[in-house]
Amino acid sequence: MKMIKRVGSIALAAAMVVSLAACGGNSDKKESASSDTFKIGGIGPTTGDAAIYGTAVQNGAQLAVDEINEAGGINGKQIEYKFEDDQSDSEKALNAYNNLKDWGMQMLVGTVTSTPCTSVVEETQADNMFQLTPSATAENSIQYENAFRMCFSDPNQGTASADYIADNGIATKVAVIYNSSDTYSTGIYQKFAEEADAKGLEVVAAEAFTADQNKDFSVQIQKAKDAGAELVFLPIYYQEASLILAQAKKADFTPKYFGCDGMDGLLALEGFDTSLAEGVMFLTPFTADAEDEATQTFVNDYKEKFGETPIQFAADAYDCVYVIKAAAEKAGITPDMSVSDICDAVKGAMTEITYDGLTGKQITWGADGEPTKLPTVVVVEGGKYKVLEEN
Amino acid sequence: MIGVKKKMSKTEKNNLITYAIAIAAFVIMQILIGTGSISSLMQGLLVPLCTYVILAVSLNLVVGILGELSLGHAGFMCVGAFGSAFFSKCMRDTITSPTLRFLCALLIGIVVAAIFGILIGIPVLRLKGDYLAIVTLAFGEIIKNLVNALYIGKDSKGFHFSTKDVMSLNMDTDGLVIVNGPQGITGAPKDSTFLIGFILVMIVLFIVLNLIQSRDGRAIMAIRDNRIAAESVGINVTKYKLMAFTISSAMAGAAGVLYAHNLSTLTANTNNFGYNMSINILVFVVLGGIGSVRGSMIAAVILTMLPEMLRGLSDYRMLIYAIVLIVMMLFNWAPKAIEFREKYFHFGKKKKEAE
Repeated sequence: MKMIKRVGSIALAAAMVVSLAACGGNSDKKESASSDTFKIGGIGPTTGDAAIYGTAVQNGAQLAVDEINEAGGINGKQIEYKFEDDQSDSEKALNAYNNLKDWGMQMLVGTVTSTPCTSVVEETQADNMFQLTPSATAENSIQYENAFRMCFSDPNQGTASADYIADNGIATKVAVIYNSSDTYSTGIYQKFAEEADAKGLEVVAAEAFTADQNKDFSVQIQKAKDAGAELVFLPIYYQEASLILAQAKKADFTPKYFGCDGMDGLLALEGFDTSLAEGVMFLTPFTADAEDEATQTFVNDYKEKFGETPIQFAADAYDCVYVIKAAAEKAGITPDMSVSDICDAVKGAMTEITYDGLTGKQITWGADGEPTKLPTVVVVEGGKYKVLEEN
Repeated sequence: MIGVKKKMSKTEKNNLITYAIAIAAFVIMQILIGTGSISSLMQGLLVPLCTYVILAVSLNLVVGILGELSLGHAGFMCVGAFGSAFFSKCMRDTITSPTLRFLCALLIGIVVAAIFGILIGIPVLRLKGDYLAIVTLAFGEIIKNLVNALYIGKDSKGFHFSTKDVMSLNMDTDGLVIVNGPQGITGAPKDSTFLIGFILVMIVLFIVLNLIQSRDGRAIMAIRDNRIAAESVGINVTKYKLMAFTISSAMAGAAGVLYAHNLSTLTANTNNFGYNMSINILVFVVLGGIGSVRGSMIAAVILTMLPEMLRGLSDYRMLIYAIVLIVMMLFNWAPKAIEFREKYFHFGKKKKEAE
């Protein structure tokens, strides 16, 4: 018996050592980062609940990388691109980041979701690696100088929504239904409430739900109705919004609706009666139905390559890669520079470039990493998204 | 050497092997770090590995030694993590020494988790078997949801609490939101190091292994084996059950502290502090062998590293991970596999003895 245990434990200890040594082995590659290609890494959830966003980013960036490589690359150098799964979890995101570092990553497109991004940015800051996130919206996600973002931040969306509603006189009595267990939703709501106060909008009801109770909204709808809300602000994702629209109609409550970029995808939802969404307004940087040439080319290429209609996240990622290209060309970096030198050069160039892309025109970045672009408001009309004229 | 061996009892020798494995792993990793021949991935995994080892060993105390199925272990980890991260964030500028700050945070995390362990243990341990499992599961979820509904801010007037939203904290403009509901705590200092993690692992191993051998440990195991018989010889069942449960939750709290100070964002969701994590820890314990401290330790290390090592297979790794779990389960528990193993090791043993 003793012997069995001893043999067993020695075998296991040996197995552990071998596996540890095995992972030690691949670190040599780091030193010999090939000097012919730029290595761009991506991190996002390709499995788990948020997989749809991670996959979209992965594909969107891949499309851009392929196009750039075909057209001759950045400064004449090809791009290598690798995407790692983080399951939208902070701890896994760090593992993914370290894995990409071992691979020799020089610039990071990611992470896709906010909370992991906030922990990864600590690491990129320590390593001084350039980071551009397509879609992490939380304020803290890009709190350091080396990090930039492509999308609007949560506070920006909240403020922009309140401004739009107030400035266009859409309503004065507003009810909010938000997801209190979601950082995206609460982040927008907090800023919206502050800005609404400042702009003279009256928030008559602020009703929360959680991810565990996201099927029945009758209580929230009833409260909004009783409070006499003219408009319901929905800083939530489209799945829940579709249920609210349907249940509100049953309760004979027909206010105006206003949402944020999470509403993108509403019309594509299976089994959803699109007539319910008639008149719904939301802020979004991108719709696949937009008629300009760049969007149409992107949508067609994406469909051809991946067999589905791209969502906003894919467009964000696509733009990210092109922004990196623009900044890299401005800074004149070469792949044989160290990660830290690339970061210093690119982050300086980021504040100087102006970029026209799928998710906005004339986009510029401040040193804080926030993009400046005009928010676009889209309204559903006749079962289609229609861009409202900016005021 | 042979003389020493004979003096030691079987358990003592077994325990020594357990310590030796942990120390050997630590030394090897330190050498690898020293020579720089270790990947960043592995280096980043070191602290999480310590965290999961502590969790697995501490849960083994409840599942293996006390013999009660607890599905709320992540809840205690959550309490320890948030308690200590809250402290660290408040004290970030007051206490500048990372080690001192971490020690204070650790103490707070452990104490808070232990208090929750007692509070939850008193009602829960009246139940047995499935009912206990269900109620601990519920408590784990309650803790997670409570943390998600909590808003705490600090300004010149002191602390502000709310369970609604940040606006209802009514803070001055200089106020700092510390716990921001579902957005959790952001910006706790990264004080966890591999050395601290390793020391914690050793302390936890020491506590659990010695507890098992002590008078109290034997009383706890007597309750596991036959509650009525244990009661009849005068063992205070409630006291010993509560004792094991509290020690276990305190150690889970320590793991939480380690976890919280390794990440700069701390949010409570299903994957890290909810049902999924509790089950994950239970998987370590079951696959490592219920009641085997060394087994839990090894299983925690292997099963945490496996998905990361398989990253090369991209999304298929989840599939492989599941298959590995099933294979391990079969290897450990299937009667045929046990038979085969005994036969196999029997030969090995015979050969060695013959030598």
